[in-house]
Amino acid sequence: MGVEEFKGVWVFSENYELAYQLLGKGREIADKLKVELVVVSLGAGAVERGKVLIARGADKVYAAEDPALKTFQVETYTDALAGLILQHKPEMVIIGGSRKGKELAPRIATRLKVGCIPGATAVELDEDKRQLVATRVLYGGNLFSVESCVLKPQIVSVLPRSYEPLPPDGGRRGEVVEVKVQVNPSPTTLLEVKPKEKGTVKLEDADIIVSLGRGVKKPEDIAMIKALAEALGGQLGCSRPIAADYRWLPEEHWVGLSGRTVKPKVYVACGISGQIQHLAGMRDSKKILVINKDREAPFFKACDYGIVGDIYEVVPKLTVAVKGLIKG
Amino acid sequence: MTKIAVCVKQVPDLAELKFEKDRPTVVAKEVPRKISDFDKNALEEAVRIKEKQGGEVTAITIGPPEARDALKEALAIGADKAVLLNDPAFERLDSIMTASVLSSAIKKLEGFDIILCGEASIDGYSAQVGPSLAEWLGIPQITYAKGVKVEGGKVVVERSLEDIIEVVEAKTPLLITVVREINEPRYPSLMMIKKAGKKEIAEFNAAALGLDPEPLKTSGFRLQILRAEAPSMERKKVIFEGDAAEAVQKLVQTLQADKVVGG
Repeated sequence: MGVEEFKGVWVFSENYELAYQLLGKGREIADKLKVELVVVSLGAGAVERGKVLIARGADKVYAAEDPALKTFQVETYTDALAGLILQHKPEMVIIGGSRKGKELAPRIATRLKVGCIPGATAVELDEDKRQLVATRVLYGGNLFSVESCVLKPQIVSVLPRSYEPLPPDGGRRGEVVEVKVQVNPSPTTLLEVKPKEKGTVKLEDADIIVSLGRGVKKPEDIAMIKALAEALGGQLGCSRPIAADYRWLPEEHWVGLSGRTVKPKVYVACGISGQIQHLAGMRDSKKILVINKDREAPFFKACDYGIVGDIYEVVPKLTVAVKGLIKG
Repeated sequence: MTKIAVCVKQVPDLAELKFEKDRPTVVAKEVPRKISDFDKNALEEAVRIKEKQGGEVTAITIGPPEARDALKEALAIGADKAVLLNDPAFERLDSIMTASVLSSAIKKLEGFDIILCGEASIDGYSAQVGPSLAEWLGIPQITYAKGVKVEGGKVVVERSLEDIIEVVEAKTPLLITVVREINEPRYPSLMMIKKAGKKEIAEFNAAALGLDPEPLKTSGFRLQILRAEAPSMERKKVIFEGDAAEAVQKLVQTLQADKVVGG
């Protein structure tokens, strides 16, 4: 198969919100390359989704509603996608880097015997080389590695929220093509789906996050941080020890490399030293405010505003001041 | 008897990471190395399965001779056998080719019911070796396991996704990747460490695995690393010190002036 035969930009995510985000970036890349932007839609309702995907930027939708694809299972989805890729030969395939997407992308790449850049936070196009240039984070957020694929199709998984979706445009023209795919029966059986034991926290959606770290001495004191979060109209976050070691807060509050990746408008860190693993989860916040009694805490080198002081003294005062501000 | 393979990677301890001055390059030699965190969870889970219902655990790693330390630790934790895959051709493999080399070893050693991996390594964090290995072996995978139950030839896994838990059943042979919350890895006793020191570590190079080293050297990396960059942390760094009440007042004024809060 000659390299010149590969043409077009493809997007796939089993999570449609994520697919919309990738279509935003995919549109830009496809326009520069003057090729079609194709999105693959699999599972129940895949055809019906086609219109929405076109409104979100796709030129063409390959939709397959094979009963074996009803719910995401990595082996059946690999069969379907690898089959379609082999048949149509896109030059780049951008896969949404949800947990499911991250297990799917390498499986497809292995079947096609090509490489795969995992968990990129950004993808750009090298127009001359017709190459995707992807950035990903290594060593717990200490290093950005900028990589490209040697072989085609180029496959990359892109982390959620790396790009904004385009606003839906009902006037956009596109084609929904219902396709048949060859899928082996799934070797695994999904017995049950349960929600994670949790409240309603969705840190990724929060505009303001107030996080606590080891500076908080006992679980009862979380109320003090929570009061500030509430005064600001924000959500409560935390560093690794609070969620993973002490288990004072459920995992859904955990910001960091192994926790959630957030980029709120304002991130307030109370009593968090600013270890690289934590910074990796909130580095892209618009404004960062740090309260810590240790002037040498690394977080002060990575903040917009800071107060050197005891959180037990500063946070309640700040809460009062913020309340006054919002009332006034 | 359940035959389990655990893939482990020796990684730099991120808490002790050092970088070359003004260059985004890790000073590898000065950084202590350890078994990657989630791989240790995978190892612990393998040993627990064995302890519950009998079996045999083989720890496998790709690495230089120094990676024997990781295997000794794996033996001390409870692995029965350890295998080092060491060849100059293995030095620069990307995750998909790493999985390919592992699959050759697993096929050679044969008969594994369960292959356990960590969700990802803490240094590269690609999370690709497990799924790719399953594909090379042509077996099903269940990733992000937070609980594993083995009943005969059947395995039931609770997997932890972003917002949901999926309970999935599969037959062996099966590949499972685990998340940190699955267990608390044990610290080996002195006696276990002593005993492990006497165990033999098998070693295979490319030829022993039936692999041609030359193409691995050239095509082992299907990704091209264009450059490495230090993350930029250009921030304002307006810091207030001294009296708390005053600092808060000044901060709030600044936040207002910069339109961060209060409209």
